[in-house]
Amino acid sequence: MYAYDELDRTLLHERVEEFRDQVKRRLSGELTEDEFKILRLQNGVYLQLHAYMFRVAIPYGTLSSKQLRALAHVARRYDRGYGHFTTRQNIQFNWIKLAELPDALADLAEVGIHAMQTSGNNMRNVTSDQWAGVAPGEVEDPRIWSELLRQHTTLHPEFSFLPRKFKIAITASEHDRAAIKIHDIGLRLHKNADGETGFEVLVGGGLGRTPFIAKTIKPFVHGRDILSYVEAILRVYNQYGRRDNIYKARIKILVHELGIEKFGKEVEEEWQQLRDSALTLDDAAIEEVRSRFSYPAYEKLPHMPDELKQAAHDPVFERWRKNSVFPHKVQGYSIVTLSLKPVGGPPGDATAEQMDVIADLADRYSFGEIRVGHEQNLALPHVAKRDLPALWKALDKAGLATPNVNLVSDIIACPGLDYCSLANARSIPIAQELTRRFANHDTAGLIGRLHINISGCINACGHHHVGHIGILGVEKNGEEFYQITIGGRADESAALGTLIGPSVPYAEVADVVEDIVEAYLALRDSPDELFIDTVKRLGVEPFRERVYATR
Amino acid sequence: MTSPLEQKKIRITGPSVVTANRTRDGVVIYRTAQQGWSAQLADAAIVRTSDDARALLAEAVADDVGAIGAYIAPVEIKDNGVIAPGNLREHIRSEGLTIELPVSA
Repeated sequence: MYAYDELDRTLLHERVEEFRDQVKRRLSGELTEDEFKILRLQNGVYLQLHAYMFRVAIPYGTLSSKQLRALAHVARRYDRGYGHFTTRQNIQFNWIKLAELPDALADLAEVGIHAMQTSGNNMRNVTSDQWAGVAPGEVEDPRIWSELLRQHTTLHPEFSFLPRKFKIAITASEHDRAAIKIHDIGLRLHKNADGETGFEVLVGGGLGRTPFIAKTIKPFVHGRDILSYVEAILRVYNQYGRRDNIYKARIKILVHELGIEKFGKEVEEEWQQLRDSALTLDDAAIEEVRSRFSYPAYEKLPHMPDELKQAAHDPVFERWRKNSVFPHKVQGYSIVTLSLKPVGGPPGDATAEQMDVIADLADRYSFGEIRVGHEQNLALPHVAKRDLPALWKALDKAGLATPNVNLVSDIIACPGLDYCSLANARSIPIAQELTRRFANHDTAGLIGRLHINISGCINACGHHHVGHIGILGVEKNGEEFYQITIGGRADESAALGTLIGPSVPYAEVADVVEDIVEAYLALRDSPDELFIDTVKRLGVEPFRERVYATR
Repeated sequence: MTSPLEQKKIRITGPSVVTANRTRDGVVIYRTAQQGWSAQLADAAIVRTSDDARALLAEAVADDVGAIGAYIAPVEIKDNGVIAPGNLREHIRSEGLTIELPVSA
């Protein structure tokens, strides 16, 4: 966990009071909506179909049990008893009242949570690997760098009015769980030949109506230079990024139009003006942030405790363990993913009661810590293996032990037309139907790793471009239709999916996905060949034939 | 279900209403013929020409304190006179989500 200092706490409280005054002036008519809109957006407040939506940041996906209880409290007191975890380590509340927002923010500020820069054309929540600090083989904890960037960019006047929103993600593991290649800036922490820690810097990734995979702009930037290098990128973007056309305003368009070489040259020139300035991080500054992260006092525990050996006789427990429990860097401990994708449920939603249960379980079994992943699931990062059977029973009781992590029913979906004012089509009912079709966890296990991503419009909040199977809702003559892509992925081998053919109506989407999965099962080389690898080997054609042969 | 946020030209082809969200709490509201707002679609003023739609919208937009994001939305008038939403988006705004809320019992 990261401990906020007095400066952080003062900033949050001042921000709440500032927003309270802004809301008061809006409600009295002193501020028009045009004047107020930018202020509310800077505090994570959107207007959706039915109500205001309030987006709260969970920096680098790390939450304390106390913070999760505060989110449960907000869900219960100011909303309708649940929250929605997003693809960028945020949580959204869908029914918040403007008049009550300052109180909700004040309650969250008490536990060091805020909504600053969760919307608007500024630097958004800096995200990271949800297994940061506990993943085996990690270079070092990437959250230290996320926090340094968070501090530097929060309320930074130069980055408060960018041409468009700007997102950074950081990973320190070989397997990228932070989807860095679909971010405006992706940072991969690694060591150079001299053993120094630094970053491969990628730039210009993003989805939406013009998707791009990020390109490497610099293979190694020393850790001490990361603030100045990121600032150089932002300055070039701020100067040349388009402000005349919202659809061409993201940095990905600038990188694409200039080309990565020319863009890189511009950044290099800018960086030379900045690199030996006050932005250079000395060891003391890095250590100061590092020291504010606390790590559990792990016990020396056996690799295979008796409790686990005994529980292994229960096939239901074993299925969950094999699916949802992952190796930890410390012997005797595990990382446990909590699926927020129950059969028939809206992906990524958790009720206030579930949040409270998870907070209690985190206190009991995970040193009071919870993580949020971009796949819209949660994790307990420090669970002793001996406690896995007891944890499983408690999770199962709360509906949080669905053994479908990384399987076909672990669907990423945006809120879609049920909530969102930008959406063209619904996402959640499609996801719900698919989870019912693949409700048999044994069958899902046989299918193996398969990521389905659903977006209700081209803005791609459900990251459909990088789903192994991507589903995009579109409108045709007032009806909901869906385009299907396959072959996308969001990890270290990130790729955009390929459209398999004409869009299909709402009622046929689940049938089409079943056809694709059946085709895969028939075409795969062996049970070990994952869906994504079969698509890579064979291309789209055999899947297209299967889907459209009878349509 | 093209988002009305992209609504640029006002040209209606059938009966329409003006809808918005209430500023203080975001609740879906409809402009009434009495120059007020109602949370019930049944109370909405119906316009049938583009000129009337423009006028009703202008009046609604002028109430910047009470409402936010006013726009024109299509409706259907049933044989029995009941006003029904004209597309899925408006149906969802008027009737609520097409899914159950994920709230514990």
